[in-house]
Amino acid sequence: MNNISAVAGIVIKELYRRKDFYVLFIVTILICLVMASINIYNDAHIVRYLKEICLDLIWVSTLVIAVTTTARQIPAERENRTLLPLLAKPLTRVQLLLGKFLGCWLACGLALLCFYIFFGALAASREHHWSVLNYFQAGILHWFLLGIVVAFALLGSLIFAAPSSNATICFVIIGGILFVGRNLDRVALGLGAVGRNLVLALYFALPHLEFYDLRDLVVHNWPTVPWTYFCLALLYAALYMAVFLIAACLVFRRKAVN
Amino acid sequence: MTTIVRMEKLRVEYRSREMRQATKVALCGLDLEVGAGEVFGFLGPNGAGKTTTMNVLLGFVPPTSGTASLFGIDVRQPIARQRIGYLPELTYYYKFLTAEELLRFYARIFGLSRADANRRIPELLKLVELEPAAKRPIKSYSKGMQQRVGLAQALINNPDLLVLDEPTSGLDPLGRMKVREIIQRLKNEGKTVFFSSHELGEVESVCDRVAIIHQGELKAVGRVAEITGRHTNLEQAFLAIVGYPLQPAP
Repeated sequence: MNNISAVAGIVIKELYRRKDFYVLFIVTILICLVMASINIYNDAHIVRYLKEICLDLIWVSTLVIAVTTTARQIPAERENRTLLPLLAKPLTRVQLLLGKFLGCWLACGLALLCFYIFFGALAASREHHWSVLNYFQAGILHWFLLGIVVAFALLGSLIFAAPSSNATICFVIIGGILFVGRNLDRVALGLGAVGRNLVLALYFALPHLEFYDLRDLVVHNWPTVPWTYFCLALLYAALYMAVFLIAACLVFRRKAVN
Repeated sequence: MTTIVRMEKLRVEYRSREMRQATKVALCGLDLEVGAGEVFGFLGPNGAGKTTTMNVLLGFVPPTSGTASLFGIDVRQPIARQRIGYLPELTYYYKFLTAEELLRFYARIFGLSRADANRRIPELLKLVELEPAAKRPIKSYSKGMQQRVGLAQALINNPDLLVLDEPTSGLDPLGRMKVREIIQRLKNEGKTVFFSSHELGEVESVCDRVAIIHQGELKAVGRVAEITGRHTNLEQAFLAIVGYPLQPAP
Protein backbone atom coordinates (compact mmCIF):
# COMPACT_ATOMS: atom_id res chain seq x y z
CA MET A 1 0.00 0.00 0.00
CA ASN A 2 2.97 2.29 0.72
CA ASN A 3 4.20 1.92 -2.88
CA ILE A 4 0.72 2.53 -4.29
CA SER A 5 0.23 5.69 -2.24
CA ALA A 6 3.75 6.92 -3.17
CA VAL A 7 2.94 6.61 -6.89
CA ALA A 8 -0.49 8.19 -6.35
CA GLY A 9 1.15 11.12 -4.55
CA ILE A 10 3.35 11.82 -7.56
CA VAL A 11 0.32 11.81 -9.89
CA ILE A 12 -1.52 14.31 -7.68
CA LYS A 13 1.58 16.51 -7.44
CA GLU A 14 1.84 16.47 -11.23
CA LEU A 15 -1.78 17.60 -11.61
CA TYR A 16 -1.48 20.59 -9.33
CA ARG A 17 1.85 21.64 -10.81
CA ARG A 18 0.52 21.60 -14.36
CA LYS A 19 -1.65 24.35 -15.77
CA ASP A 20 -4.51 22.25 -17.22
CA PHE A 21 -6.68 22.24 -14.11
CA TYR A 22 -6.21 25.95 -13.38
CA VAL A 23 -7.06 26.91 -16.96
CA LEU A 24 -10.28 24.87 -16.94
CA PHE A 25 -11.24 26.11 -13.49
CA ILE A 26 -10.68 29.75 -14.36
CA VAL A 27 -12.55 29.40 -17.68
CA THR A 28 -15.50 27.78 -15.84
CA ILE A 29 -15.51 30.55 -13.21
CA LEU A 30 -15.35 33.29 -15.83
CA ILE A 31 -18.15 31.86 -17.98
CA CYS A 32 -20.37 31.28 -14.94
CA LEU A 33 -19.73 34.74 -13.51
CA VAL A 34 -20.55 36.33 -16.86
CA MET A 35 -23.75 34.26 -17.09
CA ALA A 36 -24.62 35.15 -13.48
CA SER A 37 -24.25 38.85 -14.23
CA ILE A 38 -26.78 38.68 -17.07
CA ASN A 39 -30.43 38.72 -16.12
CA ILE A 40 -31.67 36.69 -19.10
CA TYR A 41 -35.32 36.20 -18.08
CA ASN A 42 -35.61 39.57 -16.40
CA ASP A 43 -36.11 37.75 -13.12
CA ALA A 44 -33.24 37.71 -10.68
CA HIS A 45 -34.71 34.64 -8.94
CA ILE A 46 -34.35 32.35 -11.93
CA VAL A 47 -31.21 30.42 -11.27
CA ARG A 48 -31.81 27.14 -13.07
CA TYR A 49 -30.20 28.16 -16.36
CA LEU A 50 -27.12 29.28 -14.47
CA LYS A 51 -26.89 26.03 -12.52
CA GLU A 52 -27.34 24.05 -15.72
CA ILE A 53 -24.60 25.91 -17.58
CA CYS A 54 -22.25 25.66 -14.61
CA LEU A 55 -22.87 21.91 -14.21
CA ASP A 56 -22.39 21.32 -17.95
CA LEU A 57 -19.06 23.12 -17.79
CA ILE A 58 -18.06 21.11 -14.72
CA TRP A 59 -18.91 17.87 -16.52
CA VAL A 60 -16.90 18.79 -19.60
CA SER A 61 -13.95 20.10 -17.57
CA THR A 62 -13.74 17.10 -15.26
CA LEU A 63 -14.00 14.64 -18.15
CA VAL A 64 -11.19 16.50 -19.92
CA ILE A 65 -9.06 16.44 -16.75
CA ALA A 66 -9.78 12.73 -16.11
CA VAL A 67 -9.03 11.58 -19.66
CA THR A 68 -6.01 13.79 -20.39
CA THR A 69 -4.40 13.19 -17.00
CA THR A 70 -4.82 9.42 -17.20
CA ALA A 71 -4.09 8.97 -20.90
CA ARG A 72 -0.58 10.37 -20.59
CA GLN A 73 0.47 8.46 -17.45
CA ILE A 74 2.05 5.26 -18.80
CA PRO A 75 2.92 6.53 -22.35
CA ALA A 76 4.70 9.57 -20.90
CA GLU A 77 6.59 7.34 -18.45
CA ARG A 78 7.72 5.19 -21.38
CA GLU A 79 8.53 8.13 -23.62
CA ASN A 80 10.54 9.97 -20.96
CA ARG A 81 12.08 6.71 -19.76
CA THR A 82 11.07 7.46 -16.17
CA LEU A 83 9.49 4.00 -16.15
CA LEU A 84 12.91 2.30 -16.15
CA PRO A 85 14.33 3.64 -12.88
CA LEU A 86 10.88 3.22 -11.35
CA LEU A 87 10.47 -0.45 -12.27
CA ALA A 88 14.10 -1.11 -11.27
CA LYS A 89 12.89 -0.55 -7.71
CA PRO A 90 10.97 -3.16 -5.69
CA LEU A 91 7.69 -1.97 -7.19
CA THR A 92 5.45 -4.42 -9.01
CA ARG A 93 3.66 -3.47 -12.19
CA VAL A 94 0.30 -4.04 -10.49
CA GLN A 95 1.32 -1.58 -7.74
CA LEU A 96 2.37 0.93 -10.38
CA LEU A 97 -0.99 0.66 -12.18
CA LEU A 98 -2.99 0.84 -8.96
CA GLY A 99 -0.94 3.85 -7.86
CA LYS A 100 -1.58 5.58 -11.17
CA PHE A 101 -5.29 4.79 -10.97
CA LEU A 102 -5.60 5.96 -7.38
CA GLY A 103 -3.60 9.12 -8.10
CA CYS A 104 -5.66 10.05 -11.14
CA TRP A 105 -8.93 9.27 -9.39
CA LEU A 106 -8.02 11.26 -6.28
CA ALA A 107 -6.72 14.13 -8.43
CA CYS A 108 -10.06 14.15 -10.28
CA GLY A 109 -11.81 14.09 -6.91
CA LEU A 110 -9.87 17.14 -5.74
CA ALA A 111 -10.63 18.99 -8.97
CA LEU A 112 -14.29 18.00 -8.64
CA LEU A 113 -14.39 19.27 -5.07
CA CYS A 114 -13.07 22.67 -6.16
CA PHE A 115 -15.65 22.82 -8.96
CA TYR A 116 -18.55 21.80 -6.71
CA ILE A 117 -17.57 24.30 -3.99
CA PHE A 118 -17.63 27.03 -6.63
CA PHE A 119 -20.93 25.71 -7.97
CA GLY A 120 -22.43 25.59 -4.48
CA ALA A 121 -21.31 29.14 -3.74
CA LEU A 122 -22.69 30.39 -7.05
CA ALA A 123 -26.05 28.62 -6.59
CA ALA A 124 -26.34 29.74 -2.96
CA SER A 125 -25.68 33.34 -3.91
CA ARG A 126 -28.85 33.25 -6.02
CA GLU A 127 -31.03 30.69 -4.23
CA HIS A 128 -29.96 31.54 -0.69
CA HIS A 129 -29.98 27.92 0.40
CA TRP A 130 -27.80 24.86 -0.07
CA SER A 131 -29.23 21.49 -1.10
CA VAL A 132 -26.35 19.76 0.64
CA LEU A 133 -27.59 16.18 0.20
CA ASN A 134 -28.32 16.75 -3.49
CA TYR A 135 -24.86 18.14 -4.02
CA PHE A 136 -23.33 15.28 -2.04
CA GLN A 137 -25.09 12.61 -4.10
CA ALA A 138 -24.35 14.36 -7.38
CA GLY A 139 -20.69 14.89 -6.46
CA ILE A 140 -20.05 11.33 -5.24
CA LEU A 141 -21.76 9.72 -8.23
CA HIS A 142 -19.89 12.07 -10.55
CA TRP A 143 -16.62 11.07 -8.87
CA PHE A 144 -17.40 7.37 -9.31
CA LEU A 145 -18.20 7.99 -12.97
CA LEU A 146 -14.77 9.59 -13.28
CA GLY A 147 -13.34 6.46 -11.62
CA ILE A 148 -14.76 4.35 -14.47
CA VAL A 149 -13.36 6.84 -17.01
CA VAL A 150 -9.92 6.83 -15.35
CA ALA A 151 -9.76 3.00 -15.24
CA PHE A 152 -10.85 2.84 -18.88
CA ALA A 153 -8.29 5.46 -20.01
CA LEU A 154 -5.56 3.66 -18.05
CA LEU A 155 -6.35 0.44 -19.93
CA GLY A 156 -6.29 2.42 -23.19
CA SER A 157 -2.91 3.92 -22.31
CA LEU A 158 -1.42 0.40 -22.29
CA ILE A 159 -2.90 -0.45 -25.67
CA PHE A 160 -2.30 2.79 -27.59
CA ALA A 161 1.27 4.06 -27.57
CA ALA A 162 0.54 7.76 -28.01
CA PRO A 163 -1.33 9.70 -25.29
CA SER A 164 -3.14 11.79 -27.92
CA SER A 165 -4.60 8.78 -29.73
CA ASN A 166 -5.65 7.22 -26.43
CA ALA A 167 -7.27 10.48 -25.28
CA THR A 168 -9.17 10.89 -28.56
CA ILE A 169 -10.43 7.31 -28.54
CA CYS A 170 -11.44 7.61 -24.88
CA PHE A 171 -13.34 10.86 -25.54
CA VAL A 172 -15.19 9.28 -28.48
CA ILE A 173 -16.10 6.13 -26.54
CA ILE A 174 -17.07 7.93 -23.31
CA GLY A 175 -19.06 10.53 -25.28
CA GLY A 176 -20.71 7.73 -27.27
CA ILE A 177 -21.68 5.87 -24.09
CA LEU A 178 -23.02 9.05 -22.46
CA PHE A 179 -25.09 10.17 -25.42
CA VAL A 180 -26.03 6.92 -27.19
CA GLY A 181 -25.50 4.15 -24.63
CA ARG A 182 -28.80 4.66 -22.82
CA ASN A 183 -30.76 4.38 -26.09
CA LEU A 184 -29.15 1.23 -27.46
CA ASP A 185 -32.02 -0.99 -26.26
CA ARG A 186 -34.47 1.10 -28.29
CA VAL A 187 -32.14 1.00 -31.30
CA ALA A 188 -32.02 -2.81 -30.97
CA LEU A 189 -35.80 -3.08 -31.33
CA GLY A 190 -35.61 -1.86 -34.91
CA LEU A 191 -32.93 -4.37 -35.98
CA GLY A 192 -32.93 -7.97 -37.23
CA ALA A 193 -32.35 -10.90 -34.88
CA VAL A 194 -28.52 -10.95 -35.12
CA GLY A 195 -28.14 -7.17 -35.00
CA ARG A 196 -30.58 -6.93 -32.11
CA ASN A 197 -28.67 -9.50 -30.06
CA LEU A 198 -25.38 -7.76 -30.79
CA VAL A 199 -26.68 -4.32 -29.85
CA LEU A 200 -28.40 -5.68 -26.76
CA ALA A 201 -25.17 -7.42 -25.71
CA LEU A 202 -23.42 -4.08 -26.11
CA TYR A 203 -26.17 -2.35 -24.15
CA PHE A 204 -25.66 -4.66 -21.18
CA ALA A 205 -21.86 -4.85 -21.47
CA LEU A 206 -21.15 -1.12 -21.60
CA PRO A 207 -21.23 0.81 -18.34
CA HIS A 208 -24.39 2.89 -17.99
CA LEU A 209 -22.83 6.24 -17.28
CA GLU A 210 -26.22 7.95 -17.27
CA PHE A 211 -26.81 6.46 -13.78
CA TYR A 212 -24.26 8.97 -12.51
CA ASP A 213 -25.76 12.05 -14.08
CA LEU A 214 -27.75 13.85 -11.37
CA ARG A 215 -27.62 17.27 -13.00
CA ASP A 216 -31.41 17.54 -13.32
CA LEU A 217 -31.84 16.63 -9.66
CA VAL A 218 -29.48 19.43 -8.64
CA VAL A 219 -30.82 22.00 -11.12
CA HIS A 220 -34.48 21.49 -10.18
CA ASN A 221 -33.88 20.76 -6.48
CA TRP A 222 -35.68 17.44 -6.75
CA PRO A 223 -35.69 15.04 -3.79
CA THR A 224 -32.58 12.93 -3.31
CA VAL A 225 -32.16 9.54 -4.93
CA PRO A 226 -33.07 6.66 -2.54
CA TRP A 227 -29.88 5.66 -0.74
CA THR A 228 -30.23 1.99 -1.75
CA TYR A 229 -30.06 2.93 -5.43
CA PHE A 230 -27.25 5.34 -4.68
CA CYS A 231 -25.19 2.57 -3.04
CA LEU A 232 -26.02 0.11 -5.85
CA ALA A 233 -24.76 2.65 -8.38
CA LEU A 234 -21.49 2.93 -6.44
CA LEU A 235 -21.13 -0.86 -6.42
CA TYR A 236 -21.86 -0.98 -10.14
CA ALA A 237 -19.11 1.61 -10.77
CA ALA A 238 -16.67 -0.27 -8.52
CA LEU A 239 -17.34 -3.41 -10.55
CA TYR A 240 -16.50 -1.68 -13.85
CA MET A 241 -13.40 -0.07 -12.36
CA ALA A 242 -12.24 -3.51 -11.19
CA VAL A 243 -12.90 -5.06 -14.62
CA PHE A 244 -10.91 -2.35 -16.44
CA LEU A 245 -8.08 -2.46 -13.91
CA ILE A 246 -7.78 -6.25 -14.06
CA ALA A 247 -7.65 -6.03 -17.87
CA ALA A 248 -4.95 -3.32 -17.60
CA CYS A 249 -2.90 -5.47 -15.20
CA LEU A 250 -3.14 -8.46 -17.56
CA VAL A 251 -1.98 -6.34 -20.53
CA PHE A 252 0.87 -4.74 -18.56
CA ARG A 253 2.03 -7.93 -16.81
CA ARG A 254 4.18 -9.33 -19.63
CA LYS A 255 4.76 -6.15 -21.63
CA ALA A 256 8.44 -5.41 -22.33
CA VAL A 257 9.23 -1.88 -21.17
CA ASN A 258 12.62 -1.32 -22.80
CA MET B 1 33.14 -15.56 -3.26
CA THR B 2 29.33 -15.18 -3.20
CA THR B 3 27.74 -14.84 -6.61
CA ILE B 4 25.60 -11.70 -6.88
CA VAL B 5 24.63 -11.78 -10.56
CA ARG B 6 24.09 -15.06 -12.36
CA MET B 7 22.91 -15.65 -15.91
CA GLU B 8 22.59 -19.12 -17.36
CA LYS B 9 21.98 -19.84 -21.04
CA LEU B 10 20.15 -16.54 -21.31
CA ARG B 11 18.42 -16.06 -24.62
CA VAL B 12 16.29 -13.11 -25.70
CA GLU B 13 14.46 -12.95 -29.00
CA TYR B 14 12.47 -10.01 -30.27
CA ARG B 15 9.65 -10.67 -32.67
CA SER B 16 9.79 -8.26 -35.56
CA ARG B 17 6.72 -6.06 -35.96
CA GLU B 18 7.00 -6.20 -39.71
CA MET B 19 5.57 -9.12 -41.61
CA ARG B 20 7.97 -11.74 -43.04
CA GLN B 21 10.85 -10.37 -40.97
CA ALA B 22 12.87 -12.93 -39.08
CA THR B 23 12.95 -12.97 -35.29
CA LYS B 24 15.87 -10.93 -33.98
CA VAL B 25 18.11 -12.70 -31.49
CA ALA B 26 19.39 -10.11 -29.02
CA LEU B 27 21.09 -12.52 -26.63
CA CYS B 28 22.22 -16.02 -27.46
CA GLY B 29 22.91 -18.39 -24.55
CA LEU B 30 24.68 -15.92 -22.28
CA ASP B 31 26.42 -17.44 -19.24
CA LEU B 32 27.87 -14.94 -16.79
CA GLU B 33 28.59 -14.65 -13.09
CA VAL B 34 29.58 -11.60 -11.06
CA GLY B 35 30.90 -12.07 -7.56
CA ALA B 36 30.37 -9.95 -4.47
CA GLY B 37 32.60 -6.88 -4.24
CA GLU B 38 33.61 -6.98 -7.90
CA VAL B 39 33.58 -4.04 -10.28
CA PHE B 40 32.54 -5.73 -13.49
CA GLY B 41 32.74 -4.02 -16.88
CA PHE B 42 30.34 -5.16 -19.57
CA LEU B 43 31.63 -4.19 -22.99
CA GLY B 44 30.48 -4.51 -26.54
CA PRO B 45 29.84 -2.47 -29.67
CA ASN B 46 26.49 -0.71 -30.15
CA GLY B 47 23.69 -3.26 -30.58
CA ALA B 48 25.76 -6.06 -29.04
CA GLY B 49 23.14 -6.80 -26.36
CA LYS B 50 24.50 -4.95 -23.31
CA THR B 51 21.34 -2.97 -22.59
CA THR B 52 19.18 -6.03 -23.30
CA THR B 53 21.19 -7.98 -20.70
CA MET B 54 20.61 -5.21 -18.17
CA ASN B 55 16.93 -5.05 -19.10
CA VAL B 56 16.61 -8.76 -18.34
CA LEU B 57 18.49 -8.37 -15.05
CA LEU B 58 16.12 -5.61 -13.99
CA GLY B 59 12.99 -7.48 -15.06
CA PHE B 60 12.07 -5.07 -17.88
CA VAL B 61 12.27 -7.77 -20.54
CA PRO B 62 11.40 -11.43 -19.94
CA PRO B 63 14.02 -13.87 -21.26
CA THR B 64 12.91 -16.19 -24.06
CA SER B 65 14.82 -18.98 -22.32
CA GLY B 66 17.48 -19.41 -19.65
CA THR B 67 17.57 -17.91 -16.18
CA ALA B 68 18.88 -14.80 -14.50
CA SER B 69 19.14 -14.12 -10.79
CA LEU B 70 20.29 -11.39 -8.43
CA PHE B 71 21.42 -12.41 -4.94
CA GLY B 72 20.10 -15.88 -5.78
CA ILE B 73 16.57 -14.59 -6.40
CA ASP B 74 14.92 -14.86 -9.82
CA VAL B 75 14.96 -11.42 -11.47
CA ARG B 76 11.21 -11.63 -12.07
CA GLN B 77 10.61 -11.32 -8.33
CA PRO B 78 10.40 -7.62 -7.29
CA ILE B 79 12.23 -8.44 -4.04
CA ALA B 80 15.35 -9.19 -6.14
CA ARG B 81 15.54 -5.44 -6.78
CA GLN B 82 15.46 -4.45 -3.10
CA ARG B 83 19.25 -4.33 -2.83
CA ILE B 84 20.15 -2.88 -6.21
CA GLY B 85 20.61 0.62 -7.59
CA TYR B 86 20.16 1.32 -11.30
CA LEU B 87 21.23 4.19 -13.47
CA PRO B 88 19.85 4.02 -17.03
CA GLU B 89 21.79 5.22 -20.05
CA LEU B 90 19.59 8.21 -20.83
CA THR B 91 18.23 9.61 -17.63
CA TYR B 92 15.04 11.59 -17.48
CA TYR B 93 13.18 12.12 -14.27
CA TYR B 94 9.89 13.74 -13.33
CA LYS B 95 10.54 17.30 -14.43
CA PHE B 96 7.91 18.80 -12.14
CA LEU B 97 9.70 17.48 -9.04
CA THR B 98 12.78 18.84 -7.31
CA ALA B 99 15.78 16.57 -6.76
CA GLU B 100 14.90 16.31 -3.08
CA GLU B 101 11.29 15.33 -3.80
CA LEU B 102 12.41 12.76 -6.36
CA LEU B 103 14.80 11.14 -3.89
CA ARG B 104 12.12 11.17 -1.21
CA PHE B 105 9.73 9.41 -3.61
CA TYR B 106 12.25 6.68 -4.42
CA ALA B 107 13.16 6.34 -0.74
CA ARG B 108 9.49 5.65 -0.03
CA ILE B 109 9.39 2.98 -2.74
CA PHE B 110 12.34 1.28 -1.03
CA GLY B 111 10.50 1.44 2.27
CA LEU B 112 13.00 3.78 3.96
CA SER B 113 11.67 5.38 7.11
CA ARG B 114 11.23 9.17 7.17
CA ALA B 115 14.20 9.48 9.54
CA ASP B 116 16.44 7.37 7.27
CA ALA B 117 15.34 9.36 4.23
CA ASN B 118 16.00 12.65 6.03
CA ARG B 119 19.52 11.49 6.79
CA ARG B 120 20.26 9.81 3.44
CA ILE B 121 18.95 12.48 1.03
CA PRO B 122 21.26 15.36 2.11
CA GLU B 123 24.19 12.91 2.11
CA LEU B 124 23.52 11.93 -1.48
CA LEU B 125 22.87 15.48 -2.64
CA LYS B 126 26.22 16.43 -1.15
CA LEU B 127 27.92 13.44 -2.78
CA VAL B 128 26.68 14.38 -6.27
CA GLU B 129 27.18 18.10 -5.56
CA LEU B 130 23.55 19.05 -6.05
CA GLU B 131 22.92 20.60 -2.64
CA PRO B 132 22.46 24.17 -3.95
CA ALA B 133 19.98 23.00 -6.60
CA ALA B 134 18.11 20.53 -4.39
CA LYS B 135 14.94 22.62 -4.23
CA ARG B 136 14.86 23.58 -7.89
CA PRO B 137 12.63 21.64 -10.31
CA ILE B 138 14.53 19.05 -12.35
CA LYS B 139 13.32 20.67 -15.59
CA SER B 140 15.78 23.52 -14.89
CA TYR B 141 18.78 21.16 -14.62
CA SER B 142 21.53 20.73 -17.21
CA LYS B 143 22.18 17.27 -18.67
CA GLY B 144 25.12 16.71 -16.33
CA MET B 145 23.00 17.66 -13.30
CA GLN B 146 20.25 15.28 -14.40
CA GLN B 147 22.82 12.49 -14.69
CA ARG B 148 23.94 13.28 -11.14
CA VAL B 149 20.34 13.13 -9.92
CA GLY B 150 20.24 9.72 -11.59
CA LEU B 151 23.30 8.62 -9.71
CA ALA B 152 21.85 9.87 -6.42
CA GLN B 153 18.59 7.95 -6.96
CA ALA B 154 20.58 4.82 -7.78
CA LEU B 155 22.27 5.07 -4.39
CA ILE B 156 19.24 6.00 -2.28
CA ASN B 157 18.85 2.52 -0.76
CA ASN B 158 22.61 2.09 -0.12
CA PRO B 159 22.58 -0.79 -2.64
CA ASP B 160 24.80 -3.86 -2.52
CA LEU B 161 24.74 -4.05 -6.31
CA LEU B 162 24.87 -1.06 -8.61
CA VAL B 163 23.86 -1.53 -12.25
CA LEU B 164 25.04 1.34 -14.43
CA ASP B 165 24.23 1.54 -18.12
CA GLU B 166 26.86 3.77 -19.73
CA PRO B 167 27.01 6.07 -16.72
CA THR B 168 29.44 8.55 -18.26
CA SER B 169 27.61 8.89 -21.57
CA GLY B 170 27.22 12.57 -22.41
CA LEU B 171 29.12 13.82 -19.35
CA ASP B 172 31.94 16.35 -19.42
CA PRO B 173 35.41 15.31 -18.12
CA LEU B 174 34.58 16.58 -14.63
CA GLY B 175 31.36 14.61 -14.53
CA ARG B 176 33.18 11.48 -15.71
CA MET B 177 35.79 11.88 -13.03
CA LYS B 178 33.04 12.21 -10.43
CA VAL B 179 31.37 8.99 -11.61
CA ARG B 180 34.74 7.18 -11.52
CA GLU B 181 35.33 8.45 -7.98
CA ILE B 182 31.93 7.19 -6.88
CA ILE B 183 32.52 3.77 -8.44
CA GLN B 184 35.91 3.61 -6.72
CA ARG B 185 34.34 4.60 -3.42
CA LEU B 186 31.66 1.90 -3.75
CA LYS B 187 34.37 -0.63 -4.57
CA ASN B 188 36.23 0.35 -1.40
CA GLU B 189 33.01 -0.14 0.55
CA GLY B 190 32.81 -3.69 -0.83
CA LYS B 191 29.82 -3.05 -3.11
CA THR B 192 29.36 -4.85 -6.41
CA VAL B 193 29.21 -2.71 -9.53
CA PHE B 194 28.04 -4.03 -12.90
CA PHE B 195 28.39 -1.45 -15.60
CA SER B 196 28.51 -1.08 -19.34
CA SER B 197 30.63 1.54 -21.04
CA HIS B 198 32.28 2.52 -24.29
CA GLU B 199 35.03 4.33 -22.39
CA LEU B 200 37.60 1.57 -22.38
CA GLY B 201 40.26 3.60 -20.58
CA GLU B 202 37.80 4.13 -17.76
CA VAL B 203 36.92 0.43 -17.68
CA GLU B 204 40.60 -0.49 -17.55
CA SER B 205 41.18 1.82 -14.60
CA VAL B 206 38.26 0.79 -12.37
CA CYS B 207 37.24 -2.78 -13.28
CA ASP B 208 38.34 -6.01 -11.66
CA ARG B 209 36.94 -8.14 -14.46
CA VAL B 210 35.36 -7.46 -17.83
CA ALA B 211 33.19 -9.33 -20.30
CA ILE B 212 33.00 -8.59 -24.01
CA ILE B 213 29.77 -9.33 -25.83
CA HIS B 214 29.25 -9.16 -29.58
CA GLN B 215 26.09 -9.91 -31.57
CA GLY B 216 24.44 -11.32 -28.46
CA GLU B 217 27.23 -13.80 -27.71
CA LEU B 218 29.81 -13.69 -24.96
CA LYS B 219 33.23 -13.44 -26.64
CA ALA B 220 35.53 -13.05 -23.66
CA VAL B 221 35.41 -12.80 -19.90
CA GLY B 222 38.20 -12.45 -17.35
CA ARG B 223 40.48 -10.05 -15.52
CA VAL B 224 41.52 -6.97 -17.48
CA ALA B 225 45.14 -8.21 -17.74
CA GLU B 226 43.95 -11.58 -19.06
CA ILE B 227 41.75 -9.98 -21.71
CA THR B 228 44.42 -7.50 -22.77
CA GLY B 229 46.93 -10.37 -23.14
CA ARG B 230 49.38 -9.75 -25.95
CA HIS B 231 47.65 -6.52 -27.01
CA THR B 232 48.94 -3.12 -25.96
CA ASN B 233 45.76 -2.07 -24.16
CA LEU B 234 42.12 -3.01 -23.62
CA GLU B 235 40.98 -1.05 -26.67
CA GLN B 236 43.24 -3.06 -28.99
CA ALA B 237 42.11 -6.30 -27.38
CA PHE B 238 38.45 -5.25 -27.67
CA LEU B 239 38.80 -4.45 -31.38
CA ALA B 240 40.54 -7.75 -32.05
CA ILE B 241 37.85 -9.71 -30.14
CA VAL B 242 34.93 -8.11 -31.98
CA GLY B 243 36.71 -8.76 -35.30
CA TYR B 244 37.68 -5.23 -36.28
CA PRO B 245 40.73 -5.35 -38.62
CA LEU B 246 43.60 -3.74 -36.69
CA GLN B 247 45.86 -1.37 -38.60
CA PRO B 248 49.60 -1.79 -38.05
CA ALA B 249 51.17 1.13 -36.16
CA PRO B 250 52.79 3.67 -38.53
